[in-house]
Amino acid sequence: MRHLLTLRETSKQDILHILQTAASFKEILQRPVKKVPTLRGRAMVTLFYENSTRTRTSFEMAAKIMSAEAINIAVAQSSVAKGESLKDTLLTLQSLKADCIVMRHYAAGAPEFAAKLLHTPVVNAGDGRHEHPTQALLDLFTIQHYKGTIENLTVAIVGDIAHSRVARSNIWGLTKLGAKVRLVGPRTLMPKDADQLPVSVYYDLKAGLEGADVVNVLRIQTERQDRGLLPGLREYSRLYGISASTLRYAKPDVLVLHPGPMNRGVEISAEVADGKCGMQCAVTEQVTNGIAVRMAVLYLLMGVPQPEES
Amino acid sequence: MESEHPKTDALDNLQTVPLMDADDIRRALTRVAHEIVERNRGVENLVLIGILTRGAPLAQRLARLLYQIEGTSVPVGRLDIGLYRDDYGTNPKGLPAVAPSDIPVDLNEKRVVLVDDVLFTGRTVRAALSALLDLGRPASIQLAVLLDRGHRELPIRPDFVGKNVPTARHEHIAVHLSETDGEDRVLLQRRGA
Repeated sequence: MRHLLTLRETSKQDILHILQTAASFKEILQRPVKKVPTLRGRAMVTLFYENSTRTRTSFEMAAKIMSAEAINIAVAQSSVAKGESLKDTLLTLQSLKADCIVMRHYAAGAPEFAAKLLHTPVVNAGDGRHEHPTQALLDLFTIQHYKGTIENLTVAIVGDIAHSRVARSNIWGLTKLGAKVRLVGPRTLMPKDADQLPVSVYYDLKAGLEGADVVNVLRIQTERQDRGLLPGLREYSRLYGISASTLRYAKPDVLVLHPGPMNRGVEISAEVADGKCGMQCAVTEQVTNGIAVRMAVLYLLMGVPQPEES
Repeated sequence: MESEHPKTDALDNLQTVPLMDADDIRRALTRVAHEIVERNRGVENLVLIGILTRGAPLAQRLARLLYQIEGTSVPVGRLDIGLYRDDYGTNPKGLPAVAPSDIPVDLNEKRVVLVDDVLFTGRTVRAALSALLDLGRPASIQLAVLLDRGHRELPIRPDFVGKNVPTARHEHIAVHLSETDGEDRVLLQRRGA
């Protein structure tokens, strides 16, 4: 595995290998001294054209625990503000001897462009609305931890699916590992190509949650909705909000996931978010698992030093 | 003990020489357990840590033997050294698989006995020492191995040895344990004449 660009293009075998490796790395996070020397001398550079604290910090933590260098490019303060192209930015990072580039970009396909251009391994940390593979991997890891297996589970992804790269990566990851995926949300937020994806589509929350083992709640992304796709947040919350009462349609031991950050009271009620109603809400554990999964990805991509290619 | 003739695999010209059978292994481990008790004047503060993969079941067996001898339970852990190796770029097998370590007690002030199946170049033990010292500050670390085959590349020496087997560099020692391989045997493999 040279790059991690999409889960659509990642084999089931590679996905399972990443999850298995992540399980070993999770043990390191419980130690008093969270440090192993494995990636000493390697440099991971994060290049984020979109805001993030969670994902970027998670990658930084993962790299540092493995003794790698972690360098974060603040794009707004870089030469990109002077008009430097993505191509030149990437070539510059390669010449600065980055051993791995973790990039988030507003254009779908930007990480693929980077992977074709460079010999440096590239990790997609989110490209437009396309994919966010490490988020889906940590979701899979969390589900595996609670449910033992992904196969034959019914997983409902609820919310703004059309604008969600998290949803897309989850769809590919879950179906490859044998889960039955449901997309649940208002028609205006459902992708136009949903009928071509290996999923079932529900516009009614109750029907979509019926008998679900896992519910993955997506954030209502106000920054992407400039086109009046929702009449208002209160109406969304009434019809599609995940709360103790709506979760009763799902299985009694349903697992609730949320990629974060949460809009408490909108797509998810505070009581569910805090795990206060007997429901298993794994949001905080997802964040910790994210570090273990990213450590595994960095190990698999940077573990063997690559020879220089001229 | 050489009650069997070395078998030669005609295709590869690979000779297999049996070195230890199940009884030999059992007797060697029993003696090692007694030596551990003698050297440490009992089992107080001892922790056995098996180096994955085959050091782990050996550590479990030693713990059971120590219990039979002294009547006290000694904590047993297992240590994965996949993240502490020195050969990531040069190992022909590629990136090592990693497994979770499991150290059930705080190692500070304890007397750790590291357990592995074969001592060869010493690099695995060096990695295990780095891993252990990241986990705490033991009062001492001793090394128990089932076999010492020589050819040290680092100044590492065992405290307890089940069997010394002089070998040639290119030969291969295969340790089979019932917990991992279904049987207890140690074999030497070499290219025959």
